[in-house]
Amino acid sequence: MTDDYIKHQYAPILPRKDEWPVVKLSKDRKAFIQQVVQESVDRILQITGNQSHALKEELETTLYRERMRIKQNPWLVDPDDEREFWSKVKASLLAINAENHFGESERKAAFIQLLTSIVTRYVEEIAGNFKHSHYKMTRRIATYGFSRLLNTARVKGFKSFFSNQFTLQDKIQIIGETDQLRDLASKGTIIMVPTHFSNLDSILIGWTISTLGLPPFIYGAGLNLFNIQIFAYFMNALGAYKVDRRKKNLIYIESLKTYSKEAIQFGCHSLFFPGGTRSRSGMIEAKLKLGLLSTAMEAQRNHYKNGVSGVEGKVFIVPVTINYHFVLEAPSLIQEHLNITGQERYYKEMDEFSNSYKISKFLVKFFTKGSDISVSIGKAMDIMGNYVDREGNSRDQHGRVIDCKDYFMSKGKVTVDHQREEEYTKALGERIVEEFHKINRVFSSHLVAYTAFRMIQKANKKLDLFNLLKIPEEDISLNYESFKDKCQEVLDRLKELSKEGKVHIAPHLKQDIESIISHGLDNVGMYHAKRPLIRNGKGEIVTHDTSLLFFYHNRLEGYGLERLF
Amino acid sequence: MDWKGYSRDGTVGVIGIGSFGAAVANLLAEKNPVIVYARDPEVVDEINETHMARGRKLDIRILATNDPEMICEKCQILFPMISSNGFKEVMALFSPFLHPYHFLIHGTKGLVLNLPEGKDLTNVSKITRENICTMSELIHNETVVRRVGCLAGPNLAKELAQRQPAATVVASRFNEVIMEGQRLLRSDNFQVYGNSDIIGVELCGVLKNIIAIAAGALSGMGLGENAKGLLVSRGMVELIYLGNALGGSTKSFVGLAGVGDLVTTCNSTLSRNYTVGYRLAKGENLKEIVRDMEEVAEGINTVRLVRKFLESTELRAPITENLYKVLFEDFKVEHALQFLMKYPFNVDIDFL
Repeated sequence: MTDDYIKHQYAPILPRKDEWPVVKLSKDRKAFIQQVVQESVDRILQITGNQSHALKEELETTLYRERMRIKQNPWLVDPDDEREFWSKVKASLLAINAENHFGESERKAAFIQLLTSIVTRYVEEIAGNFKHSHYKMTRRIATYGFSRLLNTARVKGFKSFFSNQFTLQDKIQIIGETDQLRDLASKGTIIMVPTHFSNLDSILIGWTISTLGLPPFIYGAGLNLFNIQIFAYFMNALGAYKVDRRKKNLIYIESLKTYSKEAIQFGCHSLFFPGGTRSRSGMIEAKLKLGLLSTAMEAQRNHYKNGVSGVEGKVFIVPVTINYHFVLEAPSLIQEHLNITGQERYYKEMDEFSNSYKISKFLVKFFTKGSDISVSIGKAMDIMGNYVDREGNSRDQHGRVIDCKDYFMSKGKVTVDHQREEEYTKALGERIVEEFHKINRVFSSHLVAYTAFRMIQKANKKLDLFNLLKIPEEDISLNYESFKDKCQEVLDRLKELSKEGKVHIAPHLKQDIESIISHGLDNVGMYHAKRPLIRNGKGEIVTHDTSLLFFYHNRLEGYGLERLF
Repeated sequence: MDWKGYSRDGTVGVIGIGSFGAAVANLLAEKNPVIVYARDPEVVDEINETHMARGRKLDIRILATNDPEMICEKCQILFPMISSNGFKEVMALFSPFLHPYHFLIHGTKGLVLNLPEGKDLTNVSKITRENICTMSELIHNETVVRRVGCLAGPNLAKELAQRQPAATVVASRFNEVIMEGQRLLRSDNFQVYGNSDIIGVELCGVLKNIIAIAAGALSGMGLGENAKGLLVSRGMVELIYLGNALGGSTKSFVGLAGVGDLVTTCNSTLSRNYTVGYRLAKGENLKEIVRDMEEVAEGINTVRLVRKFLESTELRAPITENLYKVLFEDFKVEHALQFLMKYPFNVDIDFL
């Protein structure tokens, strides 16, 4: 992968929209949903061991949880008939239990019918509603609107508003294996797995996909985002399906996984944020959520099992990192991170993105001021984490072509073994994390934040993290000269790592160290009310918010740089 | 050679025909045709013509070859039974012929270093966990095979050859590998247990060799059973601490591959590692001992590697550290023992 960014006009790989898998899918929406429902029901029956008492228990648990959710945590997007539906479920459950003359098989049939109605409701909710006209519209608005803002800000003079000198690609640089991605997208099915730091990511990736001339990807977006109209519009247009994190019951989770698996099998390119949610610490995700990844694994195995063993049935995993100087939600993310004591619990959604006005304000700021973003596209891998070549062949560590199907073979046949696939999915997760670190692109702002925080930490060796963050900001300052020397040292190490292919560095890090530092200080968390790092009148390096500094510092965790301090 | 009946399904491969390899090949041959890989063409001929390998009797259903491609082609399940110092080389040799459908179940009780080119134990300042590979990790790095397992447990080759009752552990992250291992090896006289903590089980087999050397040394000094009981118990604690630090779970160490193998090895005058300790205590030096041995005593290399690893941790492992001095720094066995007796162990068990 080169460090230079690629500004390039890409022709669409599938010019006719009828060929887009997501368009095909939305045409067959009804039949597709039915298929997903049927398969989800089968899976749930299998999980409950086909026993009616176990099924009953599952239905009762689901009912209980759903009623709790409606009472305690209602959302704007929830349909109006929510209460009514679950009351009916309750009534039916009671009726089935009360029915004395029911035999075992009749009772079971009644439970299955109830299950089917719940699953149908869930799948209808999950299923995206892709409209090509909306998609085109959104893309045009985004591209036109953004480039107007950009050019007004950057090109001087009266006509600047209409200038086309700068495009979005100057603002958001796409680097890495773009050609391979385009090649493979026309051959097999792509699963794109980006790092996740900001709610802006989904829009950013949507734009990237369309700029690269790829047909739209489907992806699971948090239902909460559909509370905000501007996002709802974008999401629906981009082929999003809905994921409701409040619903943690088995029936919902199985419906969701089946939907994803069937869509991949259908040939829809998909986007997973494998970290699950935004990285609250600012660190590159180290542990991935494997639920959705396992659906890709299953889809691949099903293709092999059904005899589709050519490249048309191959699933490709493409890791992507999004590199920022500035993450809008950083202050609340890092607060949440620090509050977490290790247990998963319910979080109140952040307020930076709470309404359309705030988002628009941010977008204007973002496009009219500096602070670039880059999107690094990693090398494509097969479902086992082996690199693939341009034709989509898997290659082993010595470059030999291998058949990915063999991973699912036992005694000469493709077999279904969930335990095996669980282990494979775990290993794939680890491979993705490894690739994230390799394709991650270091910015000047990461460098200064990392160095400064580590120096502060070293100066207060006796304090643990929480006490360190409690030191009053006025009491912290770093001598510029020693800060500069340390930055140079960290930079040198990063350059070595980059030579070994373990990380990438942005071209602006090729300047002299003074310019890098001033670039970094100008950019690190630049729109926050309290700046994480600045140089004061006396020439010292100081911070206005240590927690934010910690957040931006975390981006360079995991490279063993702490040994330099 | 007549390969009829040695079809792709059902034929099992064994790589390496040392004493343990031969014992496992014989166990496997009770149920299935077996192909053995030996590097030395003379050994291959000896097996195919006389059903003997360096004086060990082999089942008539065992054939030999020195063609890695052929054995990979004929067998979907292979049992590498080679010493750790040759393991990487053999895997590199086999790698072009191995496919993701292969299963590998190894029986090697050693560790190898994974250092950048040109580096070895003498010229690195410290080593971390990433620089140490168990055999399953080595297979993972060198080949495309993912379904890997290992064999460990109290399995003295001589007793297995006499068909005495015994048991072993097949460890793998994959249930299907454990099941295959059990199907292939289980017999009236041989019990096979499963364990999913492959790293833990590999470490059991590896680390117990350290204690085995120490046990030999105690015998060599003419000490009795009290001393041995002390050693086994303190050795067990040391294994668990080391094992946890290297990524194994405590549970595996109290199982058949852990305490089971430890007790056997520490009591067996047949064991190579035990012999090393015994002769050291009798006043011989390491070079002479190694020169006389037909097969490698894995414990020697393990002590060296683990000692180096200890330097980068806060961990103390008194038995390993003192054994290192005896093996490589001309420290007297008696002095090492004295040192250990003065070592402030005060808590009996603090890991459960």
